[in-house]
Amino acid sequence: MTVFKKSLLAGSLLLATLGTAQADGCGIEKGTVSILANDFPALHAVVSGAEACGGGGVEFSKNHNKDHKDIMVAALTSDPSEYTSVVVANSTLVTLMNDGLVRPMDDLVEKHGGSLAKNQLITVDGKVMAVAFMANAQHLFYRSDILEEAGVEVPETYDDVLAAAKAIKDKGLMDYPYIGTFKSGWNLGEEFVNMFMGTGADMFKPGAAELDINNDNGVKTLEMLKSLTEYMNPDYLTFDSNAVQAEWEAGNAALTNLWGSRAGAVLDDEGSTAEVVAGTAFASAPKLGDTPATTLWWDGFSIAANTSDEDAEATFIAMMNGITTEMANANPDEAVWLIEGYTPGEKAIGVAATAQAGAKPYPMLPYIGALHTAAGAEIVEFLQGSEDAATALADMEAAYNAAAKEAGFLK
Amino acid sequence: MPHRAFFWFILPSALAMLLFIALPIASVILQSVHIEHPKVMTEVETCGPFNCTTELRVDTEATAELRKAQPLGKFIGLETYLNRNHLAFDVLKVQWQERDGFFSFVRGLYNLPFYKALTFTVAYTFIVTPLVILLGFCIAVAVNAIPKILRGSVIFVSLLPMIVTPLIGSLVLFWMVDANGVLGSAIQRLFDDPNLSLKASPFLTWIMLFVYGVWHSAPFAFVVFYAGLQTVPQDTLESAMIDGASRWERIRYVVLPHLAPLVTFVALIQLMDNFRVFEPIVGFNASASATSLSWIIFNDLFGQQQLFGSAAATSMLTILGVCILLMPVLVRTWRQYKVVQ
Amino acid sequence: MENTVQTKQSPLLRLILGAFVIIWIILAAFPFLWTLWGSFKVEADFFSKVDWSFALSGDRTIAETGSAFTGAGYYGAWVQEEFWRAAINTLIVTFFVVIISLTLGTLGGYALSRSSFRYTFWILIAALVFRAMPHMTLVSGYLLPFFEMNVWGILPTTIVVLVAINQPFTLWMLHSFFLNIPKDLDESAMVDGCTRFQAFRHVIIPVMWPGVITTGLFSFLLAYNDFAITSMLLSQDNQTMVPKIGSFLGTTQVQGNVMFAVAAVVSATAPLFILVLLFQRQIVSGLTAGAVKG
Repeated sequence: MTVFKKSLLAGSLLLATLGTAQADGCGIEKGTVSILANDFPALHAVVSGAEACGGGGVEFSKNHNKDHKDIMVAALTSDPSEYTSVVVANSTLVTLMNDGLVRPMDDLVEKHGGSLAKNQLITVDGKVMAVAFMANAQHLFYRSDILEEAGVEVPETYDDVLAAAKAIKDKGLMDYPYIGTFKSGWNLGEEFVNMFMGTGADMFKPGAAELDINNDNGVKTLEMLKSLTEYMNPDYLTFDSNAVQAEWEAGNAALTNLWGSRAGAVLDDEGSTAEVVAGTAFASAPKLGDTPATTLWWDGFSIAANTSDEDAEATFIAMMNGITTEMANANPDEAVWLIEGYTPGEKAIGVAATAQAGAKPYPMLPYIGALHTAAGAEIVEFLQGSEDAATALADMEAAYNAAAKEAGFLK
Repeated sequence: MPHRAFFWFILPSALAMLLFIALPIASVILQSVHIEHPKVMTEVETCGPFNCTTELRVDTEATAELRKAQPLGKFIGLETYLNRNHLAFDVLKVQWQERDGFFSFVRGLYNLPFYKALTFTVAYTFIVTPLVILLGFCIAVAVNAIPKILRGSVIFVSLLPMIVTPLIGSLVLFWMVDANGVLGSAIQRLFDDPNLSLKASPFLTWIMLFVYGVWHSAPFAFVVFYAGLQTVPQDTLESAMIDGASRWERIRYVVLPHLAPLVTFVALIQLMDNFRVFEPIVGFNASASATSLSWIIFNDLFGQQQLFGSAAATSMLTILGVCILLMPVLVRTWRQYKVVQ
Repeated sequence: MENTVQTKQSPLLRLILGAFVIIWIILAAFPFLWTLWGSFKVEADFFSKVDWSFALSGDRTIAETGSAFTGAGYYGAWVQEEFWRAAINTLIVTFFVVIISLTLGTLGGYALSRSSFRYTFWILIAALVFRAMPHMTLVSGYLLPFFEMNVWGILPTTIVVLVAINQPFTLWMLHSFFLNIPKDLDESAMVDGCTRFQAFRHVIIPVMWPGVITTGLFSFLLAYNDFAITSMLLSQDNQTMVPKIGSFLGTTQVQGNVMFAVAAVVSATAPLFILVLLFQRQIVSGLTAGAVKG
């Protein structure tokens, strides 16, 4: 009922009438579809596909919100839940699953998911918990013109990156050849996780929520991050992806490990000069040991647990209508789609190369969030030079233990 | 005023505060003395677009049963308040025993997240508050002296630092103080140091945040003081002048005492607001060099791992901090109050 | 009522004070004027990482749009992203927050100033402690109950929450103000046979406007500028201006439309300017006629 009221409040009468005309195509007669998603163009494209199923007996509502992860737990805990579907990523699906807020959708996949590829299904213990439709990863962006001028090859490992940065700096081509998303907090935590993945080791002891980072691998990770900062703008601890992209487009850096989803914006005709755009090229994320030092991410949709079977089915069908091959091919630059029949363009080669080189996905561990937060806060002093690697790792472990204990992962 | 009339007059306001502030505070106190139940975890196979692995997963059914028995979680008393991410007395005790001079102890203290945040919060509060009062007062006196016809527009312009949403205000200023920005390069030229960056050094970041804080809050003090200046009793001033009081003496003995209650009011509000400093830290991406209690709460509530107990404990400590800060003002109000009675 | 202190100021002092006002105006207005100027540029010029002077010359703007000024930010915000919806929502929210806050606060503040029992002191202290509570903690506590009661995402909920959160400040300010109005005024009215409420209505209301206007100004700014509450409690369709502006800024993965945000901020300030100019006399004389007293 509320959803109906809200759509009235929003004055979406026009959309509703538009929807009626197209509703036949989806094959839903009635039900409620309400979607919570992050706020960016690729997801707008998907959700508007689902919106086409609204109208008639189907009540449709959507909420694109940057802060969706802050409200999703409360929104899905209430019964019936405010939303029938949340568009999630690796990290957010775990949060919802920790509280049992998403329902398995094997039955729906079997009935309506004929067009899905096997690798789109996120299965946990044999049950499908989400359907992925796009991939993302931080991978190498480089300026081919600058590298050529400095006489270095495209780096494959982080040691190569350091050597290339040194060559560029020594030749006087740039003051700060490397740049990265090192803003303290989530971004820096992500850099730590990425780099640690490069060692090929696990961050936790097998079968337990205990950290296993206070060792040689941890030190190696921190040392590499620190070495990179020597070639970075001294403001690096304030750089999020917006800042990195702006610096890149201004031609102030030649090497970075940036989100694949930013490739399109870097290459478009806004914000940059022809020289930078022509010189920018993509490759797999550099390796630290044998593995690319990055994590693979996916976005997909889930179905709320506190929702009726009828609404769940309507939502599944509507979302399937959002992730069609036509939608993917109509928006080829918005994302690297995992949808069958989509032909990736040149902007997707970085993510593809990274996946092929054997990068690991971002771990869907229940307690990964506590580690991520601890890393983003506790290694700052080490990078600033006021403490050594061992202390930083010990601090991280202590911060993690306190948080994991409170969340019930450690005793 | 009789109790009955008082009750009906205050009721709507009190009801709003009880329902939306007092009740949540009570639940926050409860939350801060509980932690989540130990999660039952099992190893299962997980498959995604890229590979399959065997990983730990929370067994939600088993965990839900624990939660059903005790919906608030596991009672732990003040343990959250005392753990490493808050007051950390255990860690401090060890550090004190193993200290290598007082300085190393202070460094160890600063290495703990709560004390790091507390240091900045207290510094910010005690530096920004007096400066805001001073600047606000000066602006008020100066605006009071300009021709009336100009005052309206001057008041509007003076309110701008407060009106422009901090979301964008700090974004614009953040860019301006960048090494490539207009203020940043002006400062570089001023100090003749081409590598100077306000964002790179913790010390300069603090200064930058203080300056922003004063700039942002000065209009509030200005408006209150300006209003107060209009009510300075004219006859007292005139008789002071007839008695041959100099300008300074008139300000000292007539204007300032008249404004004293306003200074208390502004100090009260500003101490409280500055103790909860948050927006500039986010706006200036300054969390590497400066964190505050509110920032810690934000991080606990909206980080990737939500920690409601931690956030609740820090919130209670914030309230405690504010009460300690306001104690002198409160005692003063209490005395005044008794005099009035 | 001409202020005698001012008329007898020496020219030198006037010069110093005047110079101080000018410096302050520059400090207060410069970032805003810079934003205003920059809102007609493209992002590469607004955040000109290459050289700050591009922000003045519009180097990249010329390269990308062919002219030194562009209205693309305004078009994007108002037409493409329908910023006017957010503007209407803000209008509704601020209007009701100011009206309700002042009504409740006036009644409560008046009662607190006229009662001499000890509990009034403790109510005021409790209000202060309430005000110390970080808003974020409060908001995260509201979420689940609001979802369960099905009142999340709509404007009335946000209005009520903003009023409640703003109540301690309003109470304190208006209480201080009412202390300034002589008690004899309403008490003599009551001797003449008015009830307490009639005395309040006929005697106090006509003289209370200066304090109410000043308090209203701060209520208005709070409701107008709030981000913590509005961004968490409103659904996308009901968003007010500030969270809407926040949504233009992009996410970790994807670039936002910063110029939309800049244009939106500038346009959000314009009505305030007109408002202040229109009500200049009322605002200045409202402040002049008495206003707050601690």
